[in-house]
Amino acid sequence: MADRDDTAAAGDLGPVTTLATPIRLDFEFTPGVAQSRFLRGLERGRFIGQRCPKCGMVYVPSRGSCPTDGVPTTEDVELANVGTVTTYCVVNVPFAGQSIEIPYICAQVLLDGANISFMGLIQEIPADQIRMGMRVEAVWVDPDRLTPSLASVRYFRPNGEPDADYESFKEYL
Amino acid sequence: MAERCAVIGVGQTHHKAKRDDVSIAGLVREAAKMALADADLTWTDIDAVVIGKAPDMFEGNMMPELYLAPALGAVGKPMFRVHTAGSVGGSTALVAAHLISSGIHKRVLTVAYEKQSDSDAMWALSVPQPFAAPLLAGAGGYFAPHIRAYMRRSGAPEYIGRMVAVKDRRNAMRNPYAHLHIADIDMKMVEESMMLWDPLRYLEACPSSDGAAAMVLSSEDALSGQYPPAWIHGMAMRSEPTMFAGRDQVNPRAGRDCSADVYAQAGITDPRRQIDVAEVYVPFSWYEPMWLENLGFCDLGDGWKLTESGATAFDGDIPWNTSGGVLSSNPIGASGMLRFLEVAMQVRGQAGEHQIGGARVALGQAYGGGSQFFSMWVVGSDKP
Ligand SMILES: [Zn+2]
Repeated sequence: MADRDDTAAAGDLGPVTTLATPIRLDFEFTPGVAQSRFLRGLERGRFIGQRCPKCGMVYVPSRGSCPTDGVPTTEDVELANVGTVTTYCVVNVPFAGQSIEIPYICAQVLLDGANISFMGLIQEIPADQIRMGMRVEAVWVDPDRLTPSLASVRYFRPNGEPDADYESFKEYL
Repeated sequence: MAERCAVIGVGQTHHKAKRDDVSIAGLVREAAKMALADADLTWTDIDAVVIGKAPDMFEGNMMPELYLAPALGAVGKPMFRVHTAGSVGGSTALVAAHLISSGIHKRVLTVAYEKQSDSDAMWALSVPQPFAAPLLAGAGGYFAPHIRAYMRRSGAPEYIGRMVAVKDRRNAMRNPYAHLHIADIDMKMVEESMMLWDPLRYLEACPSSDGAAAMVLSSEDALSGQYPPAWIHGMAMRSEPTMFAGRDQVNPRAGRDCSADVYAQAGITDPRRQIDVAEVYVPFSWYEPMWLENLGFCDLGDGWKLTESGATAFDGDIPWNTSGGVLSSNPIGASGMLRFLEVAMQVRGQAGEHQIGGARVALGQAYGGGSQFFSMWVVGSDKP
């Protein structure tokens, strides 16, 4: 029977173990009111955070409420363009979708005036010379290329100030 | 008063880089059948199934529990899915245990898995978002800065991470189910392996594994099985926000609160002395000294000294991860359950070559996400 022959032929090839099925997903992102303030700030080349009315902590980016107190944050705070590297790692591993050449420095940057750090790329310094406490400044894209996205910040670079004292940022680790 | 609950059956697959001999359904069924056999039960004896895995985006199968129901004998029975990132294997076991301790069910099958060869976890963990820079290079990129912070804070010498990497891989040589069996591993091999996320080298990081774990939990009046039950003496979960001012990412409060709760339930006041063996989620070498402190096995800043002294080695006074741990097998969703399962094996006396003689009280711990989910249990050979 033809069927039997087909089955035998398929059997000779062995089972199908893996099938690659690439999937694409385009999605719309709705930032909401609080993150819009931060993103609109980036569009103007500014870091905008928010202060909690209860504990006084300044969040950047703010999500519109204080995670500790559960109250809305309403007061906008413009933060400095400079900050401190609290900690970091040097990424030397390639992965799908990577947009930055390895090795690169991935640092936690605590902007002056903020009470929480965020992740930033450090450039204009060899990867083996980055230090905890290093003072850095944001380098923005050209004004005509600013968008409401962190892509507006090209990277951070050392600004030449002496390193911050460990005691001054150890509570932010 | 809550009902007593015990582990009466355990099963796990051989963890490998690529299990291309089975589908996901085949993988979970393999572990589940072993757990049922160990408990001397069949599918029909099970009242409900509780399943967990890492985020669905890893393999790209949304709500896989729906299609896995037939493979796990769960058609027509209650089936629950648990989501708590890397800690999920532990949380899944706890949800199953709650179904027993609350008196709702008598016997619950709990299963956790990951098929990393079907997935791209690095990609899934590094998807670009408009409010964050596209820098995150997988879990290692997230945890490496916090490891550096621990090194600075504690003054630990850099070789401590390598010691853990060697210790857990040597332990894995005693575990036939472990993914990595690196017979000639030593400090030099770890030191010479590629730097991935400075300060973390390749051999200080967990592998990417396919695997599943399963347990049968039962109430006191439904005990069965090949080995004595592992009684649950304490269990708890805690979580905390990923971002808040003053968050201690090296020594998260959720972890401290979780262990305090579990120890109070289990009557543990001195973990190092009272716990005989522990399986703790250490996906990157430095998390051993960090969690030694977080779990109260020593004072703050002394975790690395405990590791350095050999206390956590197989022949130490508080062996950690005698199975080889997450550093030797990482089917992500199952990795947490393996910690819970391995300590049940220890107090049941069924851990084979990696059995710690006379183990009566054991701690299993899992953490996940950006160190914001914690789950733990203490199991014992004595009825609580
Ligand atoms: Zn507040």
